[in-house]
Amino acid sequence: MSAGAVAERSGIAHARYVIGENPVTAFAFGLFVAIVFAAVLGPSLVPYDPLASNTSRALQAPSAQHWFGTDQLGRDLFSRVIVATRLDLTIAVASVILVFALGGLAGIAAGYYGGWIDKVIMRIADTIMAFPLFVLAMGIVAALGNSVTNIVIATAIVNFPLYARVARAEANIRREAGYVEAAKLSGNGDGRIVLMQILPNVFPILVVQMSLTMGYAILNAAGLSFIGLGVRPPMPEWGIMVAEGAAFMVSGEWWIAFFPGLALMIAVFCFNLLGDGLRDIFDPRRRT
Amino acid sequence: MLLLIFNRVLLAIPTLVGVVVVTFVLTRALPGDPAAYFAGPAATQQSIQEIRVKLGTDRPLIEQFGRYISDLARGELGNSLTTGQPVGKEIKARLPASAELTLIGLLFAVMIAVPMGILAATRPNSFIDHATRIVSTAGVSLPVFFTGLLLVYVFYYILGVAPSPVGRLDVFLSPPRHVTGFYLIDAALGRDREVFVSALKQLVLPALTLGIFALAPIARMTRASMLAVLSSDFVRTARASGLSPYKVVVTYAFRNAMLPVITTLGMVLSFLLGANVLVEKVFAWPGIGSFAVEALIASDFAPVQGFVLTMAVLYVLLNLSIDVLYGLIDPRIRINS
Amino acid sequence: MATPALTVDNLSVVFRTRSGVVRALEHVSFSVAKGETVAVVGESGSGKSVTAYAVMGILDGAGEITSGRALLGALDVLSAPRHVLDGVRGRDIAMIFQNPRSALNPIRRVGDQIADVLLRHANVPPAQAGLEAVKMLDSVGITDPARRARAYPFELSGGMCQRVMIAIALAAKPSLLIADEPTTGLDVTTQAIIMDIIAARAAATGMATVFITHDLGLAAERADRIVVMHAGHVVEVAPTAELFRHPRHPYTAELLAATPGGTSRLEDLSTIPGSLPDLRNALLPPCRYSARCPRRSDACDGALPQISAQTRSAFACHHPVAA
Repeated sequence: MSAGAVAERSGIAHARYVIGENPVTAFAFGLFVAIVFAAVLGPSLVPYDPLASNTSRALQAPSAQHWFGTDQLGRDLFSRVIVATRLDLTIAVASVILVFALGGLAGIAAGYYGGWIDKVIMRIADTIMAFPLFVLAMGIVAALGNSVTNIVIATAIVNFPLYARVARAEANIRREAGYVEAAKLSGNGDGRIVLMQILPNVFPILVVQMSLTMGYAILNAAGLSFIGLGVRPPMPEWGIMVAEGAAFMVSGEWWIAFFPGLALMIAVFCFNLLGDGLRDIFDPRRRT
Repeated sequence: MLLLIFNRVLLAIPTLVGVVVVTFVLTRALPGDPAAYFAGPAATQQSIQEIRVKLGTDRPLIEQFGRYISDLARGELGNSLTTGQPVGKEIKARLPASAELTLIGLLFAVMIAVPMGILAATRPNSFIDHATRIVSTAGVSLPVFFTGLLLVYVFYYILGVAPSPVGRLDVFLSPPRHVTGFYLIDAALGRDREVFVSALKQLVLPALTLGIFALAPIARMTRASMLAVLSSDFVRTARASGLSPYKVVVTYAFRNAMLPVITTLGMVLSFLLGANVLVEKVFAWPGIGSFAVEALIASDFAPVQGFVLTMAVLYVLLNLSIDVLYGLIDPRIRINS
Repeated sequence: MATPALTVDNLSVVFRTRSGVVRALEHVSFSVAKGETVAVVGESGSGKSVTAYAVMGILDGAGEITSGRALLGALDVLSAPRHVLDGVRGRDIAMIFQNPRSALNPIRRVGDQIADVLLRHANVPPAQAGLEAVKMLDSVGITDPARRARAYPFELSGGMCQRVMIAIALAAKPSLLIADEPTTGLDVTTQAIIMDIIAARAAATGMATVFITHDLGLAAERADRIVVMHAGHVVEVAPTAELFRHPRHPYTAELLAATPGGTSRLEDLSTIPGSLPDLRNALLPPCRYSARCPRRSDACDGALPQISAQTRSAFACHHPVAA
C-alpha cells in the first residue's frame, strides 16, 4: 500500500474519531446538509412564489398556512427565507473561493520567493488589517458600485490577509523542506515546484481556513445588505429581509425580521461549528 | 516606557500612510465617475465637465492626491455632495455618539466576559464552564443587527421597559451642554439628572447589543488563556507556597492570562467598530456610522471616505494603545524595547 | 526515636487519562527525620515527582490519591482541607522545582514574589516585606540583592533564578524542603553552589530535606539516606553508604552499575535491560521490576515484602542481592 493511501485511511479514521468524539461536529454536518439542500432544491419546493405579493394577506402571523407568516406585502416568509438560502450561500461561497485563489496565490508567492514580492504582499495585507474590516468592506462597495458582485469582491478583499498569511507561512516552511530542495536540484522550474510540491501542502490548510471564514463571509455580506448595499428589494436575501422587518419589530410584527435573522444565525453557527470540527480533523494541534 | 510608546508610534506611521493611500484610491482611482452620477442621466457633456472641475477630478491623479493630503492636514474632508456641508465638521459632531456607544459596549463585554472566562477556567466542567463554551460559539454567530432587533422587541415592545429605539435622548429633552460630547458625562457634569437617566436608558440596549457581540471572543480567549496559565509552572509554585487562592488566581494567574486577551482585543475592536455601523442603523443612533450609511445609499463619496478614514485612524490609535497597555503589563516587552 | 519531619505512609495515586487509568504510585512509604537529607532516586517516570506533588497537594486535575497518609508532624496533609493546607505549604513544607525560570512568575519582580510568601507566612509587616526579601536574596548568595530584587525572571540567569526559587522556598523557614531536580540544566559549578546553599540552611536550622534526582552521584554526595523508586514502587530504602556498598534490590544493583562513578571505567557500565512497564496495564505483577529482572522466580508472582514507613533500611524483593 502506498504511503498516500495509508495517510488517507488514517485521515478518514481520524475524521471518524473526531466526529464520533464530538457529536457537535456531527450535528453541524447535518445542518450543513440541510442548508445545502435548501439552497439547491429550495426554490422548486417552496409552497409560494417568494415574490408574489398579496396585500389582502399582509402582515399575518405564523400559521399552518404560512409557517413563518407574511410580510407587509403579503409575501410568504417561509418561501422567501428558504429561497434566500441560495443567494446568501452563493455570495459567501463565491467570495471565499475568490479569496482562496487570490490570497492563496499571493501568500504562496510571498512565502516561496521572499524578498520584495514578500514585502509588497505583506504590506498590502497589513494595510487591509489596519481597517476595521466591515468598514473597509463598506468603503469598497461604495467605491466599486452598489452590486452583489461587488459585495463578493469586498468580502473577499477583507479576508485576504488571513489567507495570504496562512499560505505564506506554509509555503515558507515547505521551501526549506528537503523534498523541495531535491526537486530544485533535479532541475524543476519554480512553477512546477509550486504546483507539484507546495500547492498540495498548502491546499488542505486553506480549505480549513475557508470553512472557518464561511460564517464570517455570510455575516459580512448580510450586514452589507442590511444597510442597503448590494442586494435590491424585492430579491429575497436574509440581510435585507431583516432590514425590511426591522420597522415592524416596534409594532409587534416580530416574525418578518425574526425568521430570516434566525436562518442567518443558524447558517453562520453551522459553518462556525463545522470550521472548528474540520480544524480538529486537519490540524489537531491548534485545538482550543 | 516612553521609548516603547515612541517606537510604537513610529511603527504606526507607515500604517497610517497606507490607510490614507487606500482611502484615496477607493474614491478617486477606481472606475466610475462621480461627476457623471451627480450630474444625473440628463446631463450634458459640459455640465459633467463643470462638476468635474468643481470636484477637482479633472486634474491628474498625483495632483489630486497632493490636494487630498493637504486638505487632510488642515482637517478638511471635503463637502457632502447631497447636503453641501463640510464632512469633517459633521463627523466631529457625530463622533462622540459613536465613541460613547462603542466604549460602553466594550466595557460591558469585558466586565461580563472576563469574569466568565475566569470562572469557567477555574471550575472546569461546571455549569459556568459549559455556559461559557456555548456562549462563545453561539455569540460569534449572532448577526449583531438581529440581536439588536430581538432586544428591541423584548424590552421595548413586550416588556415596555426600554425607551423607543430612536436616538440618544428622549425627544422632549435637549442635549446637555457640550463638554465631551458623551451625554452621560456631560449630563453628570451639568448635574442634570433627568438627561442623564434618559441618555442612559437610550444607551442600554444598543450598548448591550454591541456587548453581546464582543463578549464571545473575549470570554473564549480568557477561558483558554486562564486554563493555560493555571497549569503553568509558576502557578504551581504559587500554590506550593501556600499563597491564598485569591492571590494565586488574581495576582499570579490572571495578570499573565490577560496578555493574550489584550492581544485579542485588537481583533474584537475591529469587529466592534464594524458592528457599530449596524447597531447605529438599528437604533437610529446619530453617530458616524449612520451618517456613512445615509451617504452610501446616496452614493455621496466624501462622507463615506471621511468615515472610512476616521474609523481606520481610530482603529490604528486603539491598536497603538493596546500595544502600550500590553507593554505596561509585560515587562519583557517594556524592558527589551 | 523522635517524630520524623515527614512520614509518607502507603501512598497510592492514579491518573485518569483518556487512554486508561495510570497507577502511578502504589503503597509508597518512607520517612524523613528532622535534619536528615533523603534522596529519592529512580528513572524518569518512576514516580519521584508525583510523590512530591501529592505531598504538596499540587497534583494536576487528572491525579487522584487513592490511599495513604503524609504526616507532617501530626497533620495529614493529604486529607487536610485547602485552607489548612495553605497555612502549611510554604511555611512548614516548601518545594523547589526544576526549570526555575518557568517556575517563577514571568511578569512579577522577584523581590515581590519572595515578599508574597513572607507576607503570607512569616508575620512580616507589609512595610518590611521588601527589605526582608532583599535579605533573603542576600542569604542565597545573590550579589547586589537590592537591585536584583527589582529584576524580572527573564533578566536573570538560570542559576540566579534557582537561587530566587530557593529564597522563596526558604522564606518562611520551613521544617521540610522538597527539592525536585533542583540542579538539572545548571552547570556543574552552579549545581554545587545550589546544593551547598540548601545544605548550609539545613545544617543551620535542622531543616529536613527530600531531594529528588536521577543523578546517583549527586545523591551519594549529598544524602544521608536514599529511597529508590521504580515504576511507582519504593523498591529499596537504605543509608547512603550502605546502599552503595551493598545494594540489595536487583534494580538498585543495576542502577548503580549503570552509573558512572569515580571508580568505575566506561566499559564496565551496563545499561538496564527493558524499560518501565506500562502503568496503564491492569494486570501488572506484584513486583513491577520482575519483567526486567535477571533474578526473577515464581515466588515473584506472590505478594511482595512490604517496606514500612518507619524502617531506616529495607528492600522489597524475594531474591535480594547478597549483602
